[in-house]
Amino acid sequence: MADIRSLHDAVADLIHDGDTVAMEGFTHLIPFAAAHELIRQGTTDLTLVRMTPDVVYDQLIGAGLAARLVFSWGGNPGVGSLHRFRDAVENGWPRPLELDEHSHAGMANRYVAGASGLPFAVLRGYLGSDIPRRTDTVATVVCPFTGAELAAVAALNPDVTVIHAQRADPAGNVQLWGLTGVQKEAVLAARRVLVTVEEVVPALDPRPGALTLPTWTVDAVAVVPGGAHPSYAAGYSTRDNAFYRAWDAISRDREAFTAWLDSQVRRREGATPR
Amino acid sequence: MSQDWTPDELMEVNAARALAGARTCFVGIGLPSTAANLARRTVNPGLTLIYESGAIGARPAALPLSIGDGELADTADAVVPVPEMFNYWLQGGRIDVGFLGAAQVDRFANVNTTAVSRGQGRPEIRLPGAGGAPEIAAGCGRVLLVLRHSRRGFVPRLDFVTTVGHGTGPGDRAALGLPGRGPVAVITDLGVLTPDPGTAELTLAALHPGVTVDDVRAATGWDVRIARHPSFTEPPTGAELAALRALKSPREEAT
Repeated sequence: MADIRSLHDAVADLIHDGDTVAMEGFTHLIPFAAAHELIRQGTTDLTLVRMTPDVVYDQLIGAGLAARLVFSWGGNPGVGSLHRFRDAVENGWPRPLELDEHSHAGMANRYVAGASGLPFAVLRGYLGSDIPRRTDTVATVVCPFTGAELAAVAALNPDVTVIHAQRADPAGNVQLWGLTGVQKEAVLAARRVLVTVEEVVPALDPRPGALTLPTWTVDAVAVVPGGAHPSYAAGYSTRDNAFYRAWDAISRDREAFTAWLDSQVRRREGATPR
Repeated sequence: MSQDWTPDELMEVNAARALAGARTCFVGIGLPSTAANLARRTVNPGLTLIYESGAIGARPAALPLSIGDGELADTADAVVPVPEMFNYWLQGGRIDVGFLGAAQVDRFANVNTTAVSRGQGRPEIRLPGAGGAPEIAAGCGRVLLVLRHSRRGFVPRLDFVTTVGHGTGPGDRAALGLPGRGPVAVITDLGVLTPDPGTAELTLAALHPGVTVDDVRAATGWDVRIARHPSFTEPPTGAELAALRALKSPREEAT
């Protein structure tokens, strides 16, 4: 059963140094506020898992919290490079970043396997690509019925999955809608689950296309209005495309990035360092 | 003589034209999204746009910055989870055209979006990675590629094969078990290349107005094959240019 807690306490209790952490949300509902809380608490040596690292992981990588990244597309969508990610991979700044790299189809299926309690998933993927040469989590299997050779990808079972959702009820049942990405799979694959929400409402009335995560699949719910910004929460906010564009200049330079991190995250109002 | 259009506009207009007759298009971010949205406003109003974020049949009023802008979901016929998108819709063989960008292509239209070598002893230049491309190029009925023409982009040998086009030549796709036909055209700001039916090697099929064969040779990192009689693409119409500029303008204002 999910407890409704402060973001600080939920992050401190659920996410520890060295954990494998998936913070999912495909462009929509990216849990930025929870990531910023990780930065304030200095939780480090993390293996970060996300299909699209996006600006949220650029920040965590630049802050030096990530030892390893499991991903499938590391760009700033429609803008260009993730400069902190590139600096870590190319120059080891602020620390070297080990990569486990996949395609989107492979990552999605790795979560499906994790949620299904299977050791791997099967897909028609990676055919002829060099990707399998750089990872030990892709292999091939032969179909026992047809003899066809197919790709196998290892299951992903994060220690913790963090997502942002539109709302929860007082019992901790969670509801999200719009582009729901791989959140259901990432939640059900994880050992522990933290959900930040825009609001807690007395009852979750049905919404078309909404996904409900029963309270017993979630460990903690934290109320963080705007917790997806500069990503968005359909029905509550729109994507702050201007920020995504501005991130290019902020992140390109180590000093500018560090100044941004200090002023906008570490010393931010409400920051409660341990 | 000054012209009414830019090289990028020639590329975008011709990329949109390549979608004439298609029913469904899996849309990559960037130039492919521009082309696919322009196609809906010009040559193919009924085209179904599919974005990997989960939007099927999206009808954005302005060009989205990302593949997950809210308007894509708000205007879509259906919104599906990402594993379903890749497994049922793409791998299931339901999508006609995959439209992709590329950092580098080789003469067989293989694509690198992962990493570029700087030479021995120096770290490679890190690119975003695969995203959906390997399986989009495998599973869609056919593939269109769009990128600007330069020696940096059109290279004799890829440092990394992220996504297979035609491999090392004819028969490779079938041998690898890739279900779709693979790349049928590469649209650039200089012209259009298509794979030779016999050798699968990219061949300059058409030049944009004002572009010469020598321009293409100079911007291609290998001795590019030229069709016996390369044609010229039709100049953009006023309607095409107006639609393209309108599509881009709200986003530029928002910057």
